[in-house]
Amino acid sequence: MKLEGRKVTLHDMCLRDGMHPKQHQITVDQMVDIAGALDDAGVPLIEVTHGDGLGGASVNYGFPAASDETYLRAVVERVSQAGISALLLPGIGTVDHLRMAADCGVTTIRVATHCTEANVSRQHINLSRDLGLDTVGFLMMAHMVSAEELLAQAQLMESYGANCIYCTDSAGYMLPQDVTDRVGLLRNNLKSETEIGFHGHHNLAMGVANSLAAIDAGADRIDGSAAGLGAGAGNTPLEAMAAVLERMGAETGIDIFKLADAAEDHVLPIMDEPVRLSRDALVLGYAGAYSSFLLFAKRAQAKYGVPSHEILLEMARRKTVGGQEDLIEEIAIEMAAKAS
Amino acid sequence: MTAKAKAAIIGPGNIGTDLLMKCQRSELIEATWMVGIEESAGIQRAREFGLKTSTEGVDGLVAGFDESPVDFVFDATSAYVHAENSRKVTALGATMIDLTPAAIGPFCIPPVNLDSLLGTGPAQNVNMVTCGGQATIPMVHAVSRVQSVSYAEIVATVASKSVGMGTRDNIDEFTRTTSSAISQIGGADEGKAIIIINPAEPPLVMRDTIHCLTKDAPDESTIRDSIDAMVSEVQRYVPGYKLNNAPIIDGNRVTISVEVEGLGDFLPKYAGNLDIMTAAGLRTAEMIAQRRTA
Repeated sequence: MKLEGRKVTLHDMCLRDGMHPKQHQITVDQMVDIAGALDDAGVPLIEVTHGDGLGGASVNYGFPAASDETYLRAVVERVSQAGISALLLPGIGTVDHLRMAADCGVTTIRVATHCTEANVSRQHINLSRDLGLDTVGFLMMAHMVSAEELLAQAQLMESYGANCIYCTDSAGYMLPQDVTDRVGLLRNNLKSETEIGFHGHHNLAMGVANSLAAIDAGADRIDGSAAGLGAGAGNTPLEAMAAVLERMGAETGIDIFKLADAAEDHVLPIMDEPVRLSRDALVLGYAGAYSSFLLFAKRAQAKYGVPSHEILLEMARRKTVGGQEDLIEEIAIEMAAKAS
Repeated sequence: MTAKAKAAIIGPGNIGTDLLMKCQRSELIEATWMVGIEESAGIQRAREFGLKTSTEGVDGLVAGFDESPVDFVFDATSAYVHAENSRKVTALGATMIDLTPAAIGPFCIPPVNLDSLLGTGPAQNVNMVTCGGQATIPMVHAVSRVQSVSYAEIVATVASKSVGMGTRDNIDEFTRTTSSAISQIGGADEGKAIIIINPAEPPLVMRDTIHCLTKDAPDESTIRDSIDAMVSEVQRYVPGYKLNNAPIIDGNRVTISVEVEGLGDFLPKYAGNLDIMTAAGLRTAEMIAQRRTA
């Protein structure tokens, strides 16, 4: 694989996807501290939002330590070179949240839908584009559809005004060939000026390998997370990704040692427990379930005495999509009733 | 028995046709008009059922109104055109039952506030909120009528095939309208609504989670009795409405999970989210009609 001279934009997720393992309790001071370290290391884009996106504060997903607005204003104030992005899932957040984020000074809005439901994103993508923001269409659980189906959805988002489309492996299920097929087809069929991105989870330890496959197939943006802090077994470890790309001669603009310091000295200390490839995370990746279900399944195990990995397997079997956390407790109750 | 009240249906799509089929069984309401904007399968079907039809929108109904008047008009189109439809219809003296999220008239969740709406005199326009609202607000109210609820949140999970382009183009309207009805009608101090669309095959039946945070510690038996009574009320017009399990009580959180299977009149059974709208709309018209003849 030759990536010599390729320009790749690395996008950090630890302050958004990392909110999942932190149960949305990262403090404003921690956010500012970590964003500052990432900014100093030259990370060009940093996502800051509730784990489930703008408006995610809820009983269902968890109430955060501070509001999206408080986090965004504080982080935007701190960074000098990095752009700040916010995630928005239509059905959870609304255009009102989007306007608020724009007012806080975000540079990028990422509008996320399940990989077959892109047509719920029109009003949000339209508005983000009208506001002059870098506008990303984020197709989640992309392993659940073929490359052709993913392309059709990507074209919808492109037609609404997205200037970048993501193939999002929310379950950490994909293997490099799955990524090559999807990203390759998007690259060959979307407008040449439309950027392509890949978001990985490390549930099968494929984060870096899959991201390389994506870049090789034409991706311009890669999501990762300092110290891997993200849902499931975490996201693609950003410092490893940056180091690999530098070794291969690709350009990221990132200072590897400063990024490693940010991960080691700023992100690692805030972890409640190490983000690792646990049995539960393995099941997410092996069976194809949404990564943020993990902690919910663990809580259900503690309450109902049902193994969390079996709950996650059942969530995959039922073809659940991102956001269906509310089904986990019900499945645990059913499994507990059957077992007794 | 007195003559049935007459009704027009605007919108000959899936919702309008399902409503027509439910009207066929009603002892109080007879659908006599189907209004569309062009020839369509839905218009043709209504004609076969012996209804008068308009393919020129609500203006066709207005032109033929003297010859064939109606007491009720159901609007199953979209929020964008509802205001104009409502203005023209209410000028003729008919009562508008609004199945769009336009929410010009007061919100109506039949087992919760239809009685009080009727008590305040004949509303010219009542709004049926959203599918998620019809499915969940009865449960919010079931809790709030026995204990103060500071916050209620609902998560509606629906089959992709049951979500039409109207909802998709303006999904924020679902979120906003449902949220405000959770507090206004459901009785919670604050409301939040989330909708999840799942494309699994075979399509899943509509499923809703209702989380209520009570101000004082929840009184489990009182809440359970209130919920059971409310489920029976909803089952009077949506027989496939059921609790998935006993309410979960965890600290001040009361979590209720329901499944809504439709009757399968014209819409498929999994589309309980659409069925509960047409059933609630018809139930509203029936209760207004009953009150008028009583």
